[in-house]
Amino acid sequence: MRRRGTWLLLLPTWLVLGMFFLVPLVLTLVLSLRQRGVYGGVAPIPDLGAYVTSGSFLGNYARSFAGIYAGIGWRSLWMAVLTTALTLAIGYPVAYALALRAPRRWKDLLLGLVVVPFWTSFLIRTYAWMFLLRTEGLVNRLLLGTGAVDRPLEILYTELAVMIGLVYGELPFMILPLYASLEKLDRTLLEAAADLGAGRVSSFWRVTVPLTAPGIAAGIVLVFIPSLGQFVVSDLLGGARSMLLGNLIQNQFAVARNQPFGAALAFELMAAVLLLLLAYAFYMKRKGEEVLL
Amino acid sequence: MPLSVEIRRVTKRFSDVAAVNEVSLDIRRGELFALLGPSGCGKTTLLRMVGGLETPSAGTIHIEGIDVTEVPPHLRPAHMVFQQYALFPHLTVADNVAFGLRYKNGGRAGWSTKVKEALDLVRLAGMEKRLPHQLSGGQRQRVALARALVLEPKVLLLDEPLAALDPQLREEVQVELKHLQRTLGISFLFVTHDREEALGMSDRVAVMRHGRVEQVGTPAEIFERPATRFTAEFLGATSFFTAEVASLVDGVATLRLPAGLDLQVPRPDASLRPGDRIDFVVRPEKLRVRVERPAEAEMAVVPVTVEESIYQGMGTTWIVRGPAGERFVAWEQNAASVLDEPSALRPGGAAFLCWHPRHTVVLGGGGDA
Ligand SMILES: Nc1ncnc2c1ncn2[C@@H]1O[C@H](COP(=O)(O)OP(=O)(O)OP(=O)(O)O)[C@@H](O)[C@H]1O
Ligand SMILES: [Mg+2]
Repeated sequence: MRRRGTWLLLLPTWLVLGMFFLVPLVLTLVLSLRQRGVYGGVAPIPDLGAYVTSGSFLGNYARSFAGIYAGIGWRSLWMAVLTTALTLAIGYPVAYALALRAPRRWKDLLLGLVVVPFWTSFLIRTYAWMFLLRTEGLVNRLLLGTGAVDRPLEILYTELAVMIGLVYGELPFMILPLYASLEKLDRTLLEAAADLGAGRVSSFWRVTVPLTAPGIAAGIVLVFIPSLGQFVVSDLLGGARSMLLGNLIQNQFAVARNQPFGAALAFELMAAVLLLLLAYAFYMKRKGEEVLL
Repeated sequence: MPLSVEIRRVTKRFSDVAAVNEVSLDIRRGELFALLGPSGCGKTTLLRMVGGLETPSAGTIHIEGIDVTEVPPHLRPAHMVFQQYALFPHLTVADNVAFGLRYKNGGRAGWSTKVKEALDLVRLAGMEKRLPHQLSGGQRQRVALARALVLEPKVLLLDEPLAALDPQLREEVQVELKHLQRTLGISFLFVTHDREEALGMSDRVAVMRHGRVEQVGTPAEIFERPATRFTAEFLGATSFFTAEVASLVDGVATLRLPAGLDLQVPRPDASLRPGDRIDFVVRPEKLRVRVERPAEAEMAVVPVTVEESIYQGMGTTWIVRGPAGERFVAWEQNAASVLDEPSALRPGGAAFLCWHPRHTVVLGGGGDA
């Protein structure tokens, strides 16, 4: 009796999950197992038995590991790792200063500044970077003006520009969870460390970092996942050679009209993200921490 | 006796407020010394300055004869047991205790022995692998003790060491801490706002108020001979009298109460002059409330009206009003069962408040409000 009641109560949840998550997922999976039709769309399967036994249904996946696509995959992975590392390196000191050093009355304002960029569309902010980075842009004019360089630097349409755009865009997602965990940090622990002989550096590595590890993990997950699949930044700021996994997938659907291949790539990306999330959840469980995502 | 800690005219200002104000204290070697006072009187701040976690705005602090006023915390032979223990939650008991060892001279080799010895000392052998959240409050406190003691401090600083413990555990830990201090022979400087704790544990107590030291003495001294009204009140005395010094003869002062009663008091303050108006206090357990005027001629007696009696099992508290409506409180042990010998005193009835004159404690001019 009670059981049935529970099921009924959960029905809306199941409906939403099913409609917006499960059904599209299954459709994508099915799509990824088929082949592209001659004029786009999907090719009909004349003999399902033969299609399965010949292994043709895995054709898209096999193709995704071939030379050029694997290269794009690796580069995307590498860019995502680098973005995560850079946002962590920049975000940690910022979050630290915000949480532990900033005077109380400045805190809210400074924290607000971290969030302010969200008030404008990410697309517009990325366009703004184009204006900043191009040869006659603000950055170059500044560099020329100060005499730091004598010819404008080619930044726009390089991987450097993509990196700048990515780090810029993802930074708040690193700072916020770090701030949350640093804010929770019990300061008397730092005093205890000092009393026991630890200098600033030592107490940072032995106390602060381990105790904010959940925040670090959350930041890494929050930054790494969108960086891996992103396509706007590389599209706008990157050159022809900066194609990333996200662009490739978008391309398959929008330009190459090879939806089954695009679906397979999307599925692989999703699998990678899922693995990372599982690892994260497992790590947090083991630490007895709440899973933040 | 050699001094362990010398605090000389130490002041600590936070913006405008002086949390600690011109405090001077000597803590002897091997002494269990308590800083006692109400919340916000600057006890913790003073302790933290001895530990080096705060720098004095003025004054000097010496530990074992060395000026440590500007010395960082870990270079002082003083270590701290924090109020909430401040154990590192991500480290095991053994790692917590070993935390400070790497900053000491001497190699890793001796670590495990030292950690083991420290844990044995606080009776935590076998708990090495546990994490702090897997320990009881009392065990956590012992880890905090071991973590500080393993560094072999000359002075151990404890901030409200019993406050975070269950009341049942407190007495036990009190005895244990005293025992530990005797075994180690080092000085313990501890902070408390609990008078029982200060009286029961320490060799000497400094009573603090508004950042100043009000009185220093053994527990019995501050309890039986409070120098100021504040100390007397903080230690539970509530019956204050005003009187005039009528005469001083051979070290015996005659005090005249407003009601016209005379009272012969031995050992008066040397600074008393005939004609002075003074305040004195009598502790509640030294006061008696009687229906009949007591026969002994030397007893001090004030006629009163009984206002309230509060039966408390072990004793009864009597609240009475003096001739001018002053409020006095007496506490009498129920040596006999009140069922066998019910008191003849009734609320509203007349009675006599009496005490032996030697229990009269004349309060010093420390009435600086
Ligand atoms: N870091 C600080 N900044 C500003 N004021 C402070 C600071 N630390 C303490 N104070 C103030 O100094 C005074 C003394 O504080 P302290 O912590 O020494 O009191 P305490 O006697 O230990 O009280 P409690 O029994 O409540 O712990 C208080 O009025 C407190 O508000
Ligand atoms: Mg305190």
